[in-house]
Amino acid sequence: MNGYIHSIESFGTVDGPGLRYVVFFQGCPMRCRYCHNPDTWQPEKGDVMSAEEVMAGFRRNKSFYAKGGITVTGGEPLLQIDFLTELFRLAKAEGVHTCLDTSGITYNRGNAPYMEKLDRLMEYTDLIMLDIKHIDDEQHKKLTAHSNKNILEFVQYLDKKSIPVWVRHVVVPGVTDDPVYWQQLGRFMATVKNIKALDVLPYHTMGVKKYEELGIEYPLKDTPARDKELAVAARNTIIAAMKKARAEMI
Amino acid sequence: MPQMHENWYSFKPATWTTQVNVRSFIKHNYTPYDGDESFLSGPTRNTLDLWLQVRDLSKAEIAAGGVLDMDTEVISTITSHGPGYLNKDMETIVGFQTDKPFKRALMPYGGIRMAEKACSDNGYKVDEKISEFFSVHRKTHNAGVFDAYTPEMRACRSSHIITGLPDAYGRGRIIGDYRRIALYGIDRLIEDKNEQKATTEKVMSEDNIRLREELSEQIRALQDLKKMAAGYGFDISQPAKNVQEAIQWTYFGYLAAVKEQNGAAMSLGRTSTFLDIYAQRDLENGVFTEEQIQEFVDHFIMKLRMVKFARTPEYNALFSGDPQWVTESIGGVGVDGRHLVTKMSYRYLHTLDNLGSSPEPNLTVLWSTQLPENFKRYCAKMSIETSSIQYENDDLMRFTHGDDYAIACCVSSMRVGKEMQFFGARANLAKCLLYAINGGVDEVSRKQVGPKYRPITSEYLDYDEVMEKYDAMMKWLAEVYVNALNIIHYMHDKYCYEKVQMALHDRDVTRWFATGIAGLSVVADSLSAIKYAKVKVIRDESGFATDYEVEGDFPKFGNDDDRVDTLAKEIVHRFMEHIRKIPTYRNGIPTTSILTITSNVVYGKATGSTPDGRKRGEAFAPGANPMHRRDTHGAVASMASVAKLPFIDAQDGISNTFSIIPGALGKEDRIFMGDLDIELDCRTGACATPTLFEGLDAE
Repeated sequence: MNGYIHSIESFGTVDGPGLRYVVFFQGCPMRCRYCHNPDTWQPEKGDVMSAEEVMAGFRRNKSFYAKGGITVTGGEPLLQIDFLTELFRLAKAEGVHTCLDTSGITYNRGNAPYMEKLDRLMEYTDLIMLDIKHIDDEQHKKLTAHSNKNILEFVQYLDKKSIPVWVRHVVVPGVTDDPVYWQQLGRFMATVKNIKALDVLPYHTMGVKKYEELGIEYPLKDTPARDKELAVAARNTIIAAMKKARAEMI
Repeated sequence: MPQMHENWYSFKPATWTTQVNVRSFIKHNYTPYDGDESFLSGPTRNTLDLWLQVRDLSKAEIAAGGVLDMDTEVISTITSHGPGYLNKDMETIVGFQTDKPFKRALMPYGGIRMAEKACSDNGYKVDEKISEFFSVHRKTHNAGVFDAYTPEMRACRSSHIITGLPDAYGRGRIIGDYRRIALYGIDRLIEDKNEQKATTEKVMSEDNIRLREELSEQIRALQDLKKMAAGYGFDISQPAKNVQEAIQWTYFGYLAAVKEQNGAAMSLGRTSTFLDIYAQRDLENGVFTEEQIQEFVDHFIMKLRMVKFARTPEYNALFSGDPQWVTESIGGVGVDGRHLVTKMSYRYLHTLDNLGSSPEPNLTVLWSTQLPENFKRYCAKMSIETSSIQYENDDLMRFTHGDDYAIACCVSSMRVGKEMQFFGARANLAKCLLYAINGGVDEVSRKQVGPKYRPITSEYLDYDEVMEKYDAMMKWLAEVYVNALNIIHYMHDKYCYEKVQMALHDRDVTRWFATGIAGLSVVADSLSAIKYAKVKVIRDESGFATDYEVEGDFPKFGNDDDRVDTLAKEIVHRFMEHIRKIPTYRNGIPTTSILTITSNVVYGKATGSTPDGRKRGEAFAPGANPMHRRDTHGAVASMASVAKLPFIDAQDGISNTFSIIPGALGKEDRIFMGDLDIELDCRTGACATPTLFEGLDAE
């Protein structure tokens, strides 16, 4: 089975534990206003590779990844779920740690054939890195043109399966920098047990050049990049709210 | 001499007591250290004062245009200058190349014109009598070489297809076993040399005559070394009795070498674990405290940072600065499986904290997966803080060089006191490819430099035709190159012999005959373009190939792509095979290196456009690096390409320059402090990394 691959980064240090072989899948249904990989949006572009070919590239230097593993990101990897499952199946057969970096946007519990596929994929998935763009549904729609309901349901689904999740949240000035939303996110996180880590990132403008190259107008043109401090503040607020909510639950 | 010298008290006797064998001494007496850096001491008041003085001198030197003072009247020898000090009362380790710090010595034996130019370019003038003496009465290495060079060699030199040849300056790259002085004292070493001389062959062949003359020179150098030390008030005829003396004795040996030779790389060796044996003994017997020992080390390293040579601006341009390559090899693992990290390994690296970071001495960690975790962490921490540590693969080199080798310059490994190297600069293989296309005519000067083979006349380059012609041109280049080096090393031995360094070697040394390659990734990508894309030749009106147009994409070196990586491998192997066929001076064993760490810019400048799309004058990649921005799959893939180059064909070293911003190594700078190794093993499923993010487990 073949997949559409945007690119492969052999020295991934921020996409999961340890040193990662990071496979960027092509294609994404989201149009997040701050997306820094707009070049991965178009489906069915990029290099056509088989799962075995991707694994062969990994195997050549696998000693580097002894304490890390493979991370699949994109784009939205779940758009190519069959190919992804095949890749993770091969990886797990060799004892390689697998991490899926997803937006969760394709989650649809009403679609039985899809859920069957997802169940199968989860058998081969060690860790999910989930990007929660916005906790408020209306704001989420503004930011990504999609509802976040199914994304939050996805977290609950993973919780039931006890699959560990690292949550990522980007602090964008004027979009996700309201402490009220941070607290709301923290309260949501308190309702599940599988979230193992939280990574709050300050918004950066490193993707701007790609928009220029692709001839797409950059939606956050006037938004300045933010420093680490705001991200630290956000993380503290989210965690405090989560702990408080947990305490109240007991 | 008695079996055990009194200064060897409490050392464990072994082979080293009856023969000169430092490795045996280390094996039987060192204490591996697995702990962390918490035992280290900060700088003493004296250290800080002295270092301030050095920094003031450095500032004055920069303000003066790069040179503070030069000797123009006294020819530098081991004993040419009286003692020099920063502040005699504060210095615990003493000795300068001349009678005062920052004064550069006059060393004309490599070549009088170079010595004169180094002076005149910096506003000084060599004493006329000395100029006359070395022009009329006493020949130099440089003069000897040019007496013997062929016109072809000269042409290769001026067209830069062979560059950086040590024909007008000291070849360097030789490491004396300076530790021997501390362990045995000069008298024992002289006794040993006398015996070596007494047991040479009876038949006076040219080789034997040279050997006997050299041994006599070596003995005289050892006697001079003793005199030089006496000038500083030390009697080094006997073994050192404590760690301060051991450092001082060792340093005197090194100092004698840099008083005698202005070599392209004057490396120190592998001294830290040796010296730790003395430190450990002194600590156990209450002779010195940790603070005192660190002070000795700080003062020693301070001295090494102040080694200076008189050099020309062109030399500095070639090497991007004014480097001495005082390389010190630290750590590694013994063939018995015990690692060689000691407290002294930490103390050396700790000087980067106590004195601040510095490119010299070139502290080089011999890295092995078997080094203790604490040491790995400490190295990573110091690297992040100072960017001043070099790493080399001990697991690879131990295989061929055992466990008492050291690095000369940046990558050349040799067994200390048992192997030496004839340094051989490098051949420009990218230019050689252009010669193959243009029938031996230089693309810049348009002179017929190489043999007049039939040039390629087709519109598009054909891979098989290019490879056939390239191979023939490499064969020619290897011949001229090795033969030029034969002349150079013959003359260097004759007119600029490294007396004191060779006195600190065994009599029968292994000589590595080093050659080098520049432009490897340019060649690999060029051949790949020719093979996998279409390369159109752009010609001027006379039909001469001046540029190339690449149509289509092609695999590029640095992406872990075998299609091109095997081409790079093949070129190294073929060139080395051509080199191996040519007889070498003193039966040197041919090796090659791929390590133009700094001179890649200069080589690129002298080379025309190449079939990979690189334009005339553009820099090559350093060493074995992929060309800039052509490696698009990340660092592991890039390094994997380089790692495919055959070490067996390039035993003198393969370098890959890799820089990275700390943020790219993880979420926080501290993440990389050895955590690549200690991170939780994810295959067991336990993946939370509390240092990465805040852990959120409910418990």
